[in-house]
Amino acid sequence: MKPSSPSLTSPSAKTYFPYLFAALFILVFVDSWRRAGIAPEAFFSMRGRASLWKFLTGMIPPELSWNFLSMMVRPALETIQISLWGTLIAVAIGFPLGLLGTHTLVVGGILNDAELQGAPLRRGLRRAIYLLARGLLSLFRSIPEFVWAFMFVRAVGLGPFPGVLAIGVAYGGMLGKVYSEIFEAVNARPLEALQATGANKLQVFFYGWFPQALPNFVSYTLYRWECAVRASAILGLVGAGGLGQQIEISMRMFNFNEVLTILIMLFLMVAAVDYLSAKVRAML
Amino acid sequence: MDSTLQQYRLESVRKEFGGQQVALDGIDLKIDQGEKVALIGPSGAGKTTLFRLLNCTLRPTSGKLYIADEDIAALHGQRLRHVRRRIGSVYQQHNLVPRLQVIHNVLAGQLGRWPTLRSLWSLCKPGDVELAHSALSQVEIAEKLFERTDELSGGQQQRVAIARVLVQNPEVILADEPVSSVDPTLASTIVRLLVDISRSTRRTLLVSLHSVDLALAYFPRVVGIKQGRVAFDLSPDKINDDMLEDLYAGNFRDPGAPETRSETIEPIAYQSLG
Repeated sequence: MKPSSPSLTSPSAKTYFPYLFAALFILVFVDSWRRAGIAPEAFFSMRGRASLWKFLTGMIPPELSWNFLSMMVRPALETIQISLWGTLIAVAIGFPLGLLGTHTLVVGGILNDAELQGAPLRRGLRRAIYLLARGLLSLFRSIPEFVWAFMFVRAVGLGPFPGVLAIGVAYGGMLGKVYSEIFEAVNARPLEALQATGANKLQVFFYGWFPQALPNFVSYTLYRWECAVRASAILGLVGAGGLGQQIEISMRMFNFNEVLTILIMLFLMVAAVDYLSAKVRAML
Repeated sequence: MDSTLQQYRLESVRKEFGGQQVALDGIDLKIDQGEKVALIGPSGAGKTTLFRLLNCTLRPTSGKLYIADEDIAALHGQRLRHVRRRIGSVYQQHNLVPRLQVIHNVLAGQLGRWPTLRSLWSLCKPGDVELAHSALSQVEIAEKLFERTDELSGGQQQRVAIARVLVQNPEVILADEPVSSVDPTLASTIVRLLVDISRSTRRTLLVSLHSVDLALAYFPRVVGIKQGRVAFDLSPDKINDDMLEDLYAGNFRDPGAPETRSETIEPIAYQSLG
């Protein structure tokens, strides 16, 4: 028997750290309320109410004339097409970078022990690749797609193409980060067994990693596609085509009922994409 | 003794994790080609770590490990994969890919031989259906060829894992607690299966077992591992009850003692055990 009996109080009871942390947590939110200029009373001021009222009533009824609707068909299709190609490019960027940014695949964990132990050069090289991939992904997603679109409009001119590129790059960064997290969460035991047969990393990836990650991989990609539909509408505001451009025109001309029509169309499109992805997920 | 080829030679092999947790504390062991050896010892003794060293998943922190007289310290990349290809492994949790069809899990035994593109294509159109079928026939579940692996029972999955080793056709078979998650009758069936498939081809076989009875019944050589060291290395008739009691002694008396430490070591690399 050990001389000292185990203590019955948990180690955390002996420190003030949790209280300090809680206080800090509350303080951050209180301070942020002030600095973010959160002022719910603004809704009740005369002026705020009047202009909100004007905007909302101005939207009703939605513009449903055949003439306007037929004019919107092309931009609506364009929005979908931008989102499709944008997402495809995002996957093409995010998949390889996400793979190289997966810690358990490239540098750490049991799959790299034999390969990297006592090989500082290899370890350094792998680490550099990993950090480079992570860095690129951070860069791509830290710049808002809005700013990317702005830059690509300068580079390739007005139209849907800069929108496609903006979504591709910005969403590539987001997809890559989440892909790497999905890959890291995969059960490593089957991977260990695959590698022990003499398989190389790419084979281990496609036989073990990818099949296990597939449901999450697909559902997150489809969710990003849904976001891309919305984003491609916003990007129209900087001249990247689609429904966004129409919103901008109608807003500027104070045709709020046209704005409502476009918003309804957007809602239907996002709902349709959501429905479609639910169907695909159910198949897996 | 020196005339037969040595499969494994370990010289004071140590393995530490994170620079402080010692899983193996100076193992010396020689195993000749074609030998059948059982490993026993309390959980946390370092058996799993030893297996991972023997199949080149892990590398010793210090000490020498030779496989067929080749020092594995010098091996990286493709040469390391070639050595791994010659060693087949069976695990406690089968370690199959649950969402793949049985045939792909079985043909995974070919990955060390197939070029990358060929193996990827095999996921669309299975590369060697006949080979997979005959391996599954040997473990008597040929009819499961195209089923999804996670729909099989535990015992059937272990048979799939053995079929994968058959396809791999290695010179060594390592099995780490292959029967601790199946019922006792199935356990002896699977151990006998492993012994049979290695005897017929003079493969080296190393099996770690929870059940001392199985080890003593089926193996001409039994190695006891305790606290990361070899406690004894004898034929079953020379092992008495005192030795066994000694081997497992202390394992339940003091829950804080270092014996249980590898329970915290083993999952290091696993983010999720699903």
